Amino acid sequence: MKRVIMGTETAALAAVLARVQVVAAYPITPQTVTVEELSDYIGKGELDAAYITVESEHSAMAACVGASATGSRTFTATSSQGLALMHEMLHHAAGGRLPIVMLNANRALSPPWNLYCDHTDSLSQRDTGWIQYYCCDVQDVMDSTFIAYRVAEKVMLPVMINLDGFYLTHTSEVIDVPDQEEVDRYLPPYDPADKVDVDNPSTYGCVCGADLFSSLKYRRQMETLAVEQAWQEASDEFAAQFGRSHAPVQGHNLDDAEVVIVTIGTAGGAAQLAADALREEGVAAGSLNLAMVRPFPYESFRRAVSGAKHLVVLDRDVSFGAEGIVAQEVKSCLYGKSSAQVHCYIAGVGGMDITEEILADMARESLGGQKQGLELGDSIWIKVLP
Amino acid sequence: MNNKILKQELLAPGHMGCPGCGASLVMRYVLEVLGPKTMVVMPAGCWPTFVGLYPSTCLRVPVMSVPFATTAMAAAGVRASLDRQGKGETNVLAWAGDGGTFDIGLQALSGAAEKNTDIIYVCYDNEAYMNTGIQRSSATPPGCWTTTTPASAPKLEPKKNIVEIMAAHRIPYVATASVGYPRDLMDKVEKAKGLKGTRFLHILASCPTGWRHDTELTMEVARKAVECRAFPLYEVWDGVRWSLTPMAAKTPVTDYLNMQGRFKAMSAPQREVFQNWVDEDWARLSEKCGDNPAA
Ligand SMILES: Cc1ncc(C[n+]2csc(CCOP(=O)(O)OP(=O)(O)O)c2C)c(N)n1
Ligand code: SF4
Ligand SMILES: [Mg+2]
Repeated sequence: MKRVIMGTETAALAAVLARVQVVAAYPITPQTVTVEELSDYIGKGELDAAYITVESEHSAMAACVGASATGSRTFTATSSQGLALMHEMLHHAAGGRLPIVMLNANRALSPPWNLYCDHTDSLSQRDTGWIQYYCCDVQDVMDSTFIAYRVAEKVMLPVMINLDGFYLTHTSEVIDVPDQEEVDRYLPPYDPADKVDVDNPSTYGCVCGADLFSSLKYRRQMETLAVEQAWQEASDEFAAQFGRSHAPVQGHNLDDAEVVIVTIGTAGGAAQLAADALREEGVAAGSLNLAMVRPFPYESFRRAVSGAKHLVVLDRDVSFGAEGIVAQEVKSCLYGKSSAQVHCYIAGVGGMDITEEILADMARESLGGQKQGLELGDSIWIKVLP
Repeated sequence: MNNKILKQELLAPGHMGCPGCGASLVMRYVLEVLGPKTMVVMPAGCWPTFVGLYPSTCLRVPVMSVPFATTAMAAAGVRASLDRQGKGETNVLAWAGDGGTFDIGLQALSGAAEKNTDIIYVCYDNEAYMNTGIQRSSATPPGCWTTTTPASAPKLEPKKNIVEIMAAHRIPYVATASVGYPRDLMDKVEKAKGLKGTRFLHILASCPTGWRHDTELTMEVARKAVECRAFPLYEVWDGVRWSLTPMAAKTPVTDYLNMQGRFKAMSAPQREVFQNWVDEDWARLSEKCGDNPAA
C-alpha cells in the first residue's frame, strides 16, 4: 500500500508491523512523534504490546534490557542528549547480546542547545557494540527496521537505526507500506535459544574471571565483524521479497569513478546529484552512501572504492582534537589497502543545510589540489563564521 | 501587575514563550524577591528554550543551561564554588519543570536535599513535558489528556506527591504556591530566602498551550486549581511541621476541569476518580496540618 508518511511516524508503524512486544521510551525532539504514535497504537489495541513510560532514557534502556533478556521483541527511540544519557546501558545491552532495536534521531549535543541534525550523538556511541545503520530516506526507515530485527535476532546484537533529525524525522514521502502477512513472512516471531528463565536458572551478566571475560569479548568482536555479511544477506533476502535493497554500502556510479563522495544519512541524495553534475563536467565521479558504520563494512567498502583516486568524505560531526569521525573510519579501513587520497570535510553540523553545490565544490576542490575553508588538523570546515 | 507591587523587573520584555505562559510569570515573581544577586541553573524544558536565542536573553541574571537530569547537583556545584569565593550572599536558584523534577531529575534532587545543599529549588509545574509537545510526566493528574496518554490509553495513576518526598528529606522549608496567587507566592519565596539549606518550592504554572485554555485564563485556572484543592497551598517546616495556607472554601473539581481542553475527553467515572484523588489527598493533608497556624 502506498502512503504519504513522515520519518518518525514510519518508525512507529514499522515497529507495529514488526510486532514488537515491549516499548519503553522517553520523549525528546525530534523523535517524540514515534513514542506518541506508539502509545496510541498500543492504547487502541492495534499493537499488542506493553508500553512503559519511563522517567529517563537511562531507565528506558534499562527497561528494554529487562524485557529483551526475558525473550520479548523490544523497541525504543531516542535522540542526542537522551542517547548520551543511555551510554552505560548501551554497553549493557550489547554486552548482554540483546537484540533490541532503537531509533535514534540524529541531533546536536549541547551546549549550546540545538535541536538540529548532527551525527556526533550516534557516532560517539560507536564503541558500545551496537550495530549502527543510517537511513537515507523514509522508505529506508520502514525497511531497515525489519532487516534490523532479522539481523539482530540472528546475531544477538542490538541495532541503532539512525534518522537525520528533521531532514528525515520530519519529512513526509510516499512509501510502500508492506502488508502484515508479508512482514510476518520475512520476520518470524522472536524465539531466542537463551533467555533468563526459571526453567533454566543461571546468572545473567554476573562476575566472571579475566580469561573467560577476554574470550567473550573476542567472540563478540568476531561475531560483530560477521554482521556485515549477515546484514548483506538479510538485505538480499529482503530485496528478493520486496524488490528493495538496503545494503551496508550503497554506491552510485562507482564502477569507473575516480572521485567518490562519501556520506552517511540523508546527504546521500545530494551526493548523487553532485556526482551526476560532476559527470556532466567530464569528471568521473560517483557517490557512496555508507549506511552501516558499525560494524564497519570493510569488505564492501574496499570493493566499492577500489578504483577511486580521491574520496571526499562528508562529516556532520567532529572528534575534537582529531578530525571528522567518518573520515577517520574511512582512513583506517583503507590503510595499507588503497592509495586513494581521503579529503575530510566537516559541514552541516547543528543543522546547516548541505546542498548539491557544496558537495560538488568539495569534490572540485579536492581534485584541484587546493583547499579552501577553514583548515584544522586534517579536516576542512565549511561555512564557519570568521 | 503594576510597579507598586513589583519593585524590580528582572524578566525583560521579549521572552519566546507562549502568550499567557504561567511559567514565565512564576520566574518574574521569584526573581522579584531573590533580586539580581541570583544565579539560575536550569535544565531542558520550556524555560531555556524561551529565554532567548544567544546572545539575547530575557533575564537580567545569569542563566546556566544544564543537562535534563542534573539540575540540583549542577546547582550544588555552583553553590560550593561561590561559597569558596566568599559569595555566600548570592542565591543559587535551581529551576526545573515537573519533568525535570518529578522524573528525570529526582535522583540529583534527592542527593542535594539529603545533604541539605544551600540552594532554592523551584519546580514550575505545568503537569506535563510541554517543551517536547505535551507528554505525560509523573506530575500529570489522573485522566488528563497528553500525547502519551491519549484517550485510547488514559493515565490512571494519581499525581506523584513530590512534597511528601521532599519533606521526607527533612529539609528546612518546602512549600506549594500557585501563579494565580502572586502575593502568597512571593511571601513564600521571601521565607525561603531567609533560610539556609535546601528550600523547595512547588509552584503551579498554568500553561494555555498544554492545558488547552484561553490565554487570558492563566491566573484564573491557577486559582481554581487551588480552590478545588487539586493544588492545595501549604508549607512544611523541617519536614515535620505542616501548615495550610488560608484558602477560599473548597469547591468541586468540575469548574476547574471544565475550563480546560486537556480534561475534555474525561468520562464521568474518570471525573469521579479525579475528585476522589483530590478528596483523599486533601483529607490526608488536612490531618497532617491540623490547626498549625501559617508561620
Ligand atoms: C536527557 C534528555 N532527555 C530528553 C530531553 C528532551 N526534553 C527536553 S525538554 C523535555 C520536557 C521537559 O518537561 P518539564 O521538565 O516538565 O518542563 P516543561 O517543558 O514542561 O517546561 C524533554 C523530554 C532532553 N533534553 N534531555
Ligand atoms: S508550552 Fe506552556 S509552559 Fe511552555 S512556553 Fe507555552 S505556555 Fe509556557
Ligand atoms: Mg512541565
